[in-house]
Amino acid sequence: MTERWLSPALILLSVVAVFSACLLGSTPMPADRVMAALIGGADPSDRLVVWAIRLPRALAAFLVGAALGLSGAALQGLLRNPLAEPGVLGVSATASLAATFVIYYGLVALNPWFLPLAAIAGALIATALLAVAAIRTRSVVTLILIGVGLSSFAGAAMSLLMNLAPNPFSLADMINWMLGSVANRSFDEILLAAPFMVAGGAILLITRRGLSALTLGEEAADGLGLNLRHQRIFTVLGAGLATGASVALAGAIGFVGIVAPHLVRPFVGHDPARSLVPSALLAGLILVVADIGVRLIPTTNELKLGVVAALIGAPVFVWIAMQRRTVHD
Amino acid sequence: MTELVAENLTIAAKDTVLVEDASLKLTPGEFVVLLGPNGAGKTSLLRACLGLARPVSGRAKLDGQDTARLSPIQRARSIAYLPQIRQLAWPNIVRDVVALGRFSHGAALGKLRGADAEAVERAIRSCDLSHLADRQADTLSGGELVRMHCARVFATEAPLLIADEPIAALDPRHQFRILGLIDGYVQRGGGALVVLHDIELAARYASRLIWMRHGKIVADGPPETTLTPERIEAIYGVRARIDGVRVEISGPSHIE
Repeated sequence: MTERWLSPALILLSVVAVFSACLLGSTPMPADRVMAALIGGADPSDRLVVWAIRLPRALAAFLVGAALGLSGAALQGLLRNPLAEPGVLGVSATASLAATFVIYYGLVALNPWFLPLAAIAGALIATALLAVAAIRTRSVVTLILIGVGLSSFAGAAMSLLMNLAPNPFSLADMINWMLGSVANRSFDEILLAAPFMVAGGAILLITRRGLSALTLGEEAADGLGLNLRHQRIFTVLGAGLATGASVALAGAIGFVGIVAPHLVRPFVGHDPARSLVPSALLAGLILVVADIGVRLIPTTNELKLGVVAALIGAPVFVWIAMQRRTVHD
Repeated sequence: MTELVAENLTIAAKDTVLVEDASLKLTPGEFVVLLGPNGAGKTSLLRACLGLARPVSGRAKLDGQDTARLSPIQRARSIAYLPQIRQLAWPNIVRDVVALGRFSHGAALGKLRGADAEAVERAIRSCDLSHLADRQADTLSGGELVRMHCARVFATEAPLLIADEPIAALDPRHQFRILGLIDGYVQRGGGALVVLHDIELAARYASRLIWMRHGKIVADGPPETTLTPERIEAIYGVRARIDGVRVEISGPSHIE
């Protein structure tokens, strides 16, 4: 029964990873001082390093990973494709576009909350478009194609914005942000994104049973008693909320939503519904560990978390694609 | 007693009429076989009976209620459906696939409770899958896969069953075996509506044959009265000789 211990083990590892993230850094801090700082003792500078810098950063990495892992696993179940991901449906791209837009027009200078709100709005617009498409079409292939179109359009619009960027500062900001990072995140920013992640995650978890039924294809799932339309709408909505909130917190971080579910599936009998929780935990763990790596690798400019995630994730993506047998299509 | 009644169903896709004015009835204890050439509208008729496709006119009723208006759960508990295209997106464990038959009863894979677990085990035993129950479905042979899908359908323990070409592409032994399983379900009091292309097997197992051609039901009755060389020629355009339940097809007819 490896399945029974999978989630508890991942929770334990995640706690260890987040704690380690508090220990490690440019100036390593011993475990007893981190513990003291966490429970409110110790000296003020230790508390500042742990509570204002390292802990929020590690928690942001975990939450972003969890939201992306959960969304990826749910979308893969819905679309019955191990390569589906928030990115594939254009949700990340549209969220990035909306965020880039507010940077371009300097709206972020007016109010720092415009950036996360815009990303969430962008994800919700993409989600709403997909929800309408999901009602109108019964075909999953059509839905993916609409996502690809959405993604390409958002990418082109983003390039246009960067071409027109009025000063090098905003261009640098945009690039920074599009590469994805959890550096310098505060609890305030986490608290703004978290409600959307929780709402999206709850929707996905409540409706996950239908993803098992979809294993047999839409015709059979229909016959099993699944309300296909509702399933599509809820999964797209939940994934949209969670992804938008994660883009708001960390920018566009790709591939973790594909890699984590792929690793989890063999342990849960390849059942999409049962893969959701462990995928979220594993994706969170991966990003926390990757972010520790980003901080420890001695480069002149700190590497972006999204870049590291893509460097690891993209080859895995290609490998999964090549493993894929065509018999199921 | 659950009864499925289709009244004057007409189904169209865009401007093409797929099924025209079709009426049929299915009650528990009946083994009804739907016969007809490819494109006769059999699958469309089944889907409309299930309420999965909306007819242009006419209605399909389950105990007097329009199947298109039933909730998916209500419908699924009353009629188990085995579609013609049987996909499997993931290499699931056989027991989990069978357990999907309990979806309409609220079962969640991996943690089956009381009645659900019992129904799944009964279905696995009845389809002789006990030794394969913990295997991954992508390691099964074609015949074993169909048995798994049958077990999934039986696990629902619905009063009615609709199966679309369950024995296509199976060897003769497996064809008998699958039809024997469906026959067992009928003996236990279920009602089955099955699409087949093998006329002889249909005649052997069916209590009633429904003959379709060009979207219309042209005959509906027991094999003894509806199975004639003239009918086979009219429906399929082939010459046939009939001797009891033996049907010998000798080639295409040249009348058309």
